[in-house]
Amino acid sequence: MSNAATIATSPEKPAVESIKVKVDGHEIAVPRTMPDPITGKPVPTTMIQACEIARRDVPHYCYHPKLPVVGNCRMCLVEFGTPAMGPDRKPLLNADGSPKISKSPRPAIACATPVSPGMEIYTSTPGVKQMREGVLESLLINHPLDCPICDQAGECKLQEYSVDYGQSAGRFVEAKVHKPKAVDLGPRIMLDAERCILCTRCIRFTRDIAGDDALGIVNRGSFNTIATFPGMPFDNNYTLNTVDICPVGALTSKDFRFQMRVWFLKETKSVCSSCATGCNVVVGSREEKIYRLEPRQNDAVNATWMCDSGRLNYKWVGRQDRLKQVQIRNRPGTWTAAVHEIAASLKKAAQGSVAIVASARQTNEELWLLSKLKSRLGALSDSVPRQGEADRLLVSADGNPNSNGARLTRICYTEMGSHIGQIAQGIQSGRIKALLVFGEDVTLHGIGPDLLAKLDLLVVSDILPNATTALAHFLLPGCAHFEKRGSFTNGKGRVQKFMKAVEPPGEARAEWEFLHEIIEQLGGSNGFSSIEGLFNQMAADIEAFHGLKWADLGDSGKTVPI
Amino acid sequence: MAIIVDRKSLGFWEKLYLPAVLGGLKVTMRHAWRSLFKGGQVTMEYPEQRWTLPDGYRGAPYLVRDQEGSTKCVSCQLCEFVCPPKAIKITPPGPNGLPADRKNAEKMPEEFEINMLRCIYCGLCQEVCPEEAIFLQKDYSLTGLSRGELIYNKEKLLALGGTVGGIQKWKHKLEEAKTQEQFPVNV
Repeated sequence: MSNAATIATSPEKPAVESIKVKVDGHEIAVPRTMPDPITGKPVPTTMIQACEIARRDVPHYCYHPKLPVVGNCRMCLVEFGTPAMGPDRKPLLNADGSPKISKSPRPAIACATPVSPGMEIYTSTPGVKQMREGVLESLLINHPLDCPICDQAGECKLQEYSVDYGQSAGRFVEAKVHKPKAVDLGPRIMLDAERCILCTRCIRFTRDIAGDDALGIVNRGSFNTIATFPGMPFDNNYTLNTVDICPVGALTSKDFRFQMRVWFLKETKSVCSSCATGCNVVVGSREEKIYRLEPRQNDAVNATWMCDSGRLNYKWVGRQDRLKQVQIRNRPGTWTAAVHEIAASLKKAAQGSVAIVASARQTNEELWLLSKLKSRLGALSDSVPRQGEADRLLVSADGNPNSNGARLTRICYTEMGSHIGQIAQGIQSGRIKALLVFGEDVTLHGIGPDLLAKLDLLVVSDILPNATTALAHFLLPGCAHFEKRGSFTNGKGRVQKFMKAVEPPGEARAEWEFLHEIIEQLGGSNGFSSIEGLFNQMAADIEAFHGLKWADLGDSGKTVPI
Repeated sequence: MAIIVDRKSLGFWEKLYLPAVLGGLKVTMRHAWRSLFKGGQVTMEYPEQRWTLPDGYRGAPYLVRDQEGSTKCVSCQLCEFVCPPKAIKITPPGPNGLPADRKNAEKMPEEFEINMLRCIYCGLCQEVCPEEAIFLQKDYSLTGLSRGELIYNKEKLLALGGTVGGIQKWKHKLEEAKTQEQFPVNV
């Protein structure tokens, strides 16, 4: 199987012939073919795609724009007609000269029926309404009334379509067929077989996108059930995407199970920081607590998917031992005093006596501020590489979300981490007297506690306590990227911004705020006070970012040359 | 759409206010006459004496148990959502919480708090509850020595709420499922 089309940025395609169809009386032009979601080859445009272009909602369960079409839920049934042809193969015309439409005697599923020139699609006729009612009624025959205990309630397509298209009362008086509940399908997935409507989205996703043919349907007739092979857990790194695409509450996340009702969650657009791919996510939070991450569609980065390891990598944000208090030589201090004292000592520092260890987990803006500090102080700087293992879908080998940002802002060199040895030597020889560390535990990367003890000034900003923060002269509590705004440059050079989902704990502040203050005290105002202004100033200063504006980044980001 | 109502200007007698004052005095005198000479009682020695509350009176909301003594609430949090003064706070059980008292109901709240200082006795929680687990009962005079004391927790709410039976849908569903485990399936 190939995943290139779903994940990679699609290059400029040759123009596709466009044909005219009518959706509910409105004529629109649609391309004759569209790329297949899996292979990327051109396949005929279907009626449901035409309806989407015409902005007419067609309810559907099994159809998903990024998955192969199977057409088994029958929810997208519509009526249609095609231009009538005479025996001479010429279109018949009405008295007024318009083409005569011969209406199809039976409906068709919009997801699997190709459009043809002059076709007319009817999505809201009485017949279509009756069909939707009928399909919903049969889907609900064996569906339990679990809504009060179902995690999907509130974002359930069965609930939504029942309200929009269903009947108010059920006529089914017989006993419902009962199937297993709370089935442990894998380490992160719980299955409730009763709730399943057998749309097979999960099966197609895991077979065709994740490339792990783990799920299938077993048993016959009413007893059809989603299952894994006996003894084989459903445990690839993309299982939680099946929870997202499950239109009902059959597949639920064990991590989110019974945690919070979805209608309470505040949704914030953000970016995953677990690797250089930078999958677009939506953060679900309530009362300053993050409950879940869900992928957000960005066809240039992650389509509509994300990996489980990235998705579950948020719990440290709410950890109890987060750094919350400014410490000045191991005593609680204030931001004003800390910023003032740091700026005063940096002002006195001789050229070349300062080194900076930044983190490629910091934002472009923060790294740019650090690079300004670097050029002012003639400092040596680097950041720490994080090598992981790449997979064939989304996970990148680079574990830092912003390695390219660190390179573009000239905080580190093409080979990240190559100058840490020099910094260690500088401290050893006494040439480097001050070290600024951001978000990294340098004791693990060749600058041990013995070297740190030699420094006159050690400024450390971090989120969680570690061996370096314990030795800091100035400890500045920072923010997780869910707690501030900023932008990352991903592995392919896509600059993507993220929004603030939750408040930082205690006195913790966004790093760009206090870096900005330190630089202001060193060299006067630099003319911005917000992240927008900071970004725009950085874009003017750094060649690769020229022409970018914070507002123009939008929800899906912009690609820059790297 | 806003409707502007013209204010009528007052007439001569209305400007004097005397007829209105006299009308008020008339009501006062009528009550005075009744209670002094006719023996009609219009006050009550509260709190020793209490009203007989009508059916459907909306007092404080409490959680109830079913006929088998199990917690009925399944922590769906609809009451928390609908509550206009935000008096209700529910802590859901999470994936590792206690199993529900009632088999097959899968979940029940780990904690359920109602801030009785915030509650306005509107009854929306009772109306929205899909499990018939919360009812407005006839308590209207809740007192406490601190604000914290008037935040009732799950234990207290269940103790005050008593038992309200019902159809026990989870139990019936489980029984129905059990009958289907034998073959031939008896449906």
